[in-house]
Amino acid sequence: MSKQASQIDQLVAAKYKYGFVTDIETEGLPPGLDESTVRAISAFKQEPEWLLEWRLAAFQHWLTLTPPNWAKLDILPIDFQAVSYYAAPIQDKDRPQSLDEVDPKLLETYEKLGVPLHERARLAGVAVDAVFDSVSVGTTFKKELAEVGVIFCSFSEAVQEHPELVRQYLGSVVPVSDNFFACLNSAVFSDGSFCYIPKGVRCPMELSTYFRINAAETGQFERTLIIAEEGSQVSYLEGCTAPMRDENQLHAAVVELIALKDSYIKYSTVQNWYPGDENGVGGIYNFVTKRADCREDGAKVSWTQVETGSALTWKYPSCVLRGDNTTGEFYSVALTNNYQQADTGTKMIHLGKNTRSKIITKGISAGHGQNTYRGLVHVGKNATAARNYSQCDSMLIGKTCGAHTFPYIEVKNPTAQVEHEATTSKIGEDQLFYCLQRGISEEDAISMIVDGFCKEVFRELPMEFAVEAKALLEISLEGAVG
Amino acid sequence: MSAILEIKDLYASVEGTEILKGLNLTLNTGEIHAIMGPNGAGKSTLGNVIAGRDGYTVTAGEVLFKGKDLLQLDTEERACEGVFLAFQYPVEIPGVNNTYFLRAALNAQRAYRGEAPMDAAAFLRLVREKLKILDLKDDLLKRAVNVGFSGGEKKRNEIFQMAVLEPTLAILDETDSGLDIDALRAVAAGVNALRDAGRAMLVITHYQRLLDYIVPDVVHVLADGKIVRSGGAELALQLEEKGYTWLQQEDQQVLESS
Ligand SMILES: Nc1ncnc2c1ncn2[C@@H]1O[C@H](COP(=O)(O)OP(=O)(O)OP(=O)(O)O)[C@@H](O)[C@H]1O
Ligand SMILES: [Mg+2]
Repeated sequence: MSKQASQIDQLVAAKYKYGFVTDIETEGLPPGLDESTVRAISAFKQEPEWLLEWRLAAFQHWLTLTPPNWAKLDILPIDFQAVSYYAAPIQDKDRPQSLDEVDPKLLETYEKLGVPLHERARLAGVAVDAVFDSVSVGTTFKKELAEVGVIFCSFSEAVQEHPELVRQYLGSVVPVSDNFFACLNSAVFSDGSFCYIPKGVRCPMELSTYFRINAAETGQFERTLIIAEEGSQVSYLEGCTAPMRDENQLHAAVVELIALKDSYIKYSTVQNWYPGDENGVGGIYNFVTKRADCREDGAKVSWTQVETGSALTWKYPSCVLRGDNTTGEFYSVALTNNYQQADTGTKMIHLGKNTRSKIITKGISAGHGQNTYRGLVHVGKNATAARNYSQCDSMLIGKTCGAHTFPYIEVKNPTAQVEHEATTSKIGEDQLFYCLQRGISEEDAISMIVDGFCKEVFRELPMEFAVEAKALLEISLEGAVG
Repeated sequence: MSAILEIKDLYASVEGTEILKGLNLTLNTGEIHAIMGPNGAGKSTLGNVIAGRDGYTVTAGEVLFKGKDLLQLDTEERACEGVFLAFQYPVEIPGVNNTYFLRAALNAQRAYRGEAPMDAAAFLRLVREKLKILDLKDDLLKRAVNVGFSGGEKKRNEIFQMAVLEPTLAILDETDSGLDIDALRAVAAGVNALRDAGRAMLVITHYQRLLDYIVPDVVHVLADGKIVRSGGAELALQLEEKGYTWLQQEDQQVLESS
């Protein structure tokens, strides 16, 4: 007889290709968190007084909060005193002036990760900001972008060079008090990316940030801010990886998008933090607050995420559809394998008239993975003729994993049209047998079926990254078939 | 004439229930056999056991394919060796293009035989040629595997896949159910086009109508997990006329007279 059932069970051993550690000297803070930690981070970054005050206020508020426990996640209590809140590779006192001056070990790291930074090998048409632990090590294509007025730099640099923009928009989408993790981030955030697209400019290339956690016992608390002025357009991408370690590492990011009149921000994520091993040891705890404010009429924001990494994912990229005729979209593929857990989804807050939102999610669970979709569609009382369409599909591979769907719908305007569809399917039996019966191997069959299942989301990704996402999914499902 | 498929005293169970109970069957090259029999007799089970579906446990007996022990092979190896099952209920695979799927299958089988993969252009020519025989609409090729296909289109798609993969042994499980007359003719044309001295087919059906188009060499009746009667094409006609109870009554008479 065939060995299908046992093979499915084996298709849980993921191979993580990005688990190496870069041997580089770092400076930073010892584990621990109190007011002096916050002051030290701000001092490292030579921040202006107003930002220090902002951080301190966040920290004071954070002390009054307790971690949320409503998500369907089984989390051991996190010891926030055991985390180091700042680590940076030691570089010359002044930040390197150009990428040529960046430590070759760092350049090599990014090369190994498939994101070469130096002039010769750069990805054509993609500008990259490379964030290593708590700092940005460099940004490519800055000059080319500056020519059209696009600002793309590390957050720290933006604080120095464009303080008025940072001050105007920081915390305007995700307020300091928003939630436990966002509040923590506001106090201790280290680096991240800053993008500003001026009025009427269509950004001539993809902007992307590559986040890398390297140092042990270090949390990464990045902060990204994207501002699209009237009539502008930008496509932004982020990728993330981390070494394999037995301890869980904390990552708590905040991303704020501001879309002004008739602008369009497309934000794509390929999240591949270290997921832990096949027994659930180690991996990144990923707590992320991402929110877009379609602040003025006609703005559009589209979130696309492919989440294959992290031991634990807690993430709900959202859109506040404040202006009239604004549009929010959320496309998501979340894969949990081994003992990974994901509680992810979106919030679409319809406030303006004729606002539209669309939610397409694909949850894939394998091994002992637990995958939860949690989403909110809110239609406020002034949101006349708001429309939402949600489709949330789950796929189970094997018998020991789980899929859960929690759609919340609040409608305060009678003209709203809200449509929700959800399906749960099992690969395994019939589809797999059908493929095998045609001569296709089990491994190819599973990746074919999973890829087909995710198609609607993958086609929203920029070309090169769709290919990467597909490959990533295959790697994450790879197992000992034979 | 040599045997393509030899089934000897086969016992098989599903989830602990014995379904096949001492089944014997031999198909020689070039032959088409029809299998008829009441609902729940074990016809689809037989197809699944031959194809190697998970969960179907052979408890006794042998299945030889071209003289080799078929039961030793994995499901996909059996397919690559030339066993094809046209499903009673073809499966939908959302997001997977029908042509892509078929090409993946063909190239997997070619790789198994040590042949180079067929390139896209050659594959397209092959597909066009086979489409003509089956009178299938082009647009079915562009859609996801069986997704949103009508019942008849699904069945025709099975035969189309068979035509492209050119198996040595094809098992057609109620491919005629739910087909209109034109579709039935198209399916029969697909089957007859493959009929040759090197192949054999097992056609499971409830209706003699199909056998007007695909004339079988032998007709078997499968009841309660074994072959209870075999005969020529005329057996199907008699069954159609008199039903399965006729067989039981006959058996009863045989019993009484002995
Ligand atoms: N997966 C299964 N689990 C439990 N019982 C099964 C399973 N598959 C088949 N059976 C049982 O085995 C018996 C034979 O089923 P099978 O599908 O082979 O019949 P069939 O002859 O093809 O019938 P039909 O003419 O209705 O298609 C039936 O009683 C059926 O309920
Ligand atoms: Mg049947």
